[in-house]
Amino acid sequence: MVKSDPLVVVVGAGPAGMAAARTLVEGGLRPLVLDKQPAPGGRMWQQPAGSRQPCGLPGHDAETAERARKEFLDLAERIDWYPGTTVVDATRGRLWAMGPGGEVDETSWDALLVAAGALDRVVPLPGWTLPGVYTLGGAQTALKALGCAVGRRVGFLGTGPLLWLAAAQHLVAGVEVAVVADTSRWTGAMRALPDLLADRARLALGLRCLRMLRGAGVPIRRGIRAAAIEGGENVTGIALATRRGPRRFACDAVAIGVGLVPQTQLLDLLDAPFDLDAESGVWLPRADRAGRTPVEKVFVAGDGARPLGAAAAALSGERAALAILEDIGRPFDRDRAARLERDLERHVRFARGLARAFPFPAGLEAGIASDTVVCRCEGVAAGAITAAVRAFGCHEVNAVKALTRCGMGRCQGRLCGLAAARIAAVTAGVALAEAGRLRAQAPIEPLPARVRRTAPDAVA
Amino acid sequence: MDEPADPPDTRFGRWVRLDGAEPEGVPFTIDGEPAEGRNGDTLLTAILTVRPDLGPLPPDRRVRAGFCLIGLCQDCWVRLEDGRRVRACTTPLEPGMAIRLETSDRAW
Repeated sequence: MVKSDPLVVVVGAGPAGMAAARTLVEGGLRPLVLDKQPAPGGRMWQQPAGSRQPCGLPGHDAETAERARKEFLDLAERIDWYPGTTVVDATRGRLWAMGPGGEVDETSWDALLVAAGALDRVVPLPGWTLPGVYTLGGAQTALKALGCAVGRRVGFLGTGPLLWLAAAQHLVAGVEVAVVADTSRWTGAMRALPDLLADRARLALGLRCLRMLRGAGVPIRRGIRAAAIEGGENVTGIALATRRGPRRFACDAVAIGVGLVPQTQLLDLLDAPFDLDAESGVWLPRADRAGRTPVEKVFVAGDGARPLGAAAAALSGERAALAILEDIGRPFDRDRAARLERDLERHVRFARGLARAFPFPAGLEAGIASDTVVCRCEGVAAGAITAAVRAFGCHEVNAVKALTRCGMGRCQGRLCGLAAARIAAVTAGVALAEAGRLRAQAPIEPLPARVRRTAPDAVA
Repeated sequence: MDEPADPPDTRFGRWVRLDGAEPEGVPFTIDGEPAEGRNGDTLLTAILTVRPDLGPLPPDRRVRAGFCLIGLCQDCWVRLEDGRRVRACTTPLEPGMAIRLETSDRAW
């Protein structure tokens, strides 16, 4: 590497970040890869902890994941890889990250690729803050990476492909599945079929999960209109309002989720624009098909750009890396870029099918009871949001945050921001877009008091 | 009521280990009481396989037991005896770690 080579920083070493790093190395660069996890793979291709073995769960392609991780580790000599490193702040041309020892380092960048992944989206429900309630992705992480089940008898509640996949994976792992309760209906899946055929393998996987759960006699309830998680000090069950009346299922753990939300806090700090996806109510970072945001030399890829799954994330990471090479004036393969975009189009079509098959339960979110906690960090109930909107005549979600503390806590509104905006918009009688989106604040993750600063550019 | 109520018994640990493929024990303590985790455990894994929760946390002193498990919800910060405050789901368990759950409600 000659000294004048531009410094490309990749944030995240999941499927997208790993593919991008490889492509950048092929393009003659030495990227700096900052990843929060101690090992590469992100959450979707995470390495099992210790000597735990991948246990042949449906939909968990351990071989693909291991191959991708190995390919990345083989690059180790040709990249600057910092595992266990959390990026906490960024401006144009600079960023700050905290290493595993609690030291904060600073680096410059000439191009930045944000491949930060996604988090489960949750709809606040009565009892969702009880110990024993986890996100679907959390329950899955326990199973896939930690070698644990989050309970002895787990109920699954929400909607989306992950609901069914996680339930089937628990079944295969020998965990009792109390119920699969989905807010969506079979009819939506029928209408979605033409788009779902865009990825027959994943469609087949979904049907296989369904067959396994049915075959095992797991209660399946669809078209859920309302749900509550019951318990005092612990989860004791799920109460459902179904079309056939109320139902209750005993369990000691619940996994909830209604899709995924991209982790875009870094893009936010860099003033990248977002657009509201009207169907899901999620704000997605604006980017072209190659992953270029309107902010110069800032790129986004993977589920952190738009949740399309691990395979698509790898494609989009590769595509974004080619765009980086192009934008810094390096040779790149135009045909390969076009081919990647075509492949990605298939995943976008499949995702459209999923959105139709498992529509976001906006009614459940809008119809929240006033005493249901929305912000688990600050303990803010829905009633406090509606009261503030009415009393102050404002519905912009950052104003609501200032008035109620909703979204002001440790997670910075990652879990409650979308619900708070919906509640504010519904209360004020305005369109969802009018409520806006919670702004991220630096540091985007909590820093411990022992944090210390090292010399500038110590990382680079 | 579709199923008989079967109150969960979480006295000895909320989480269940799925395999015996991790024989190597890692000693640690919770509020001075000796406990054993497994090689490769996070702090959260080690705690919740022997305890039902992390104790009460502010602002509402609600008892918690983690939520997202991927370092984003920040609902699993605990205090160590040496004064460090750590996020249990992203902190690897190390031999001899001394966790202080009784005082985790004073951590903020």
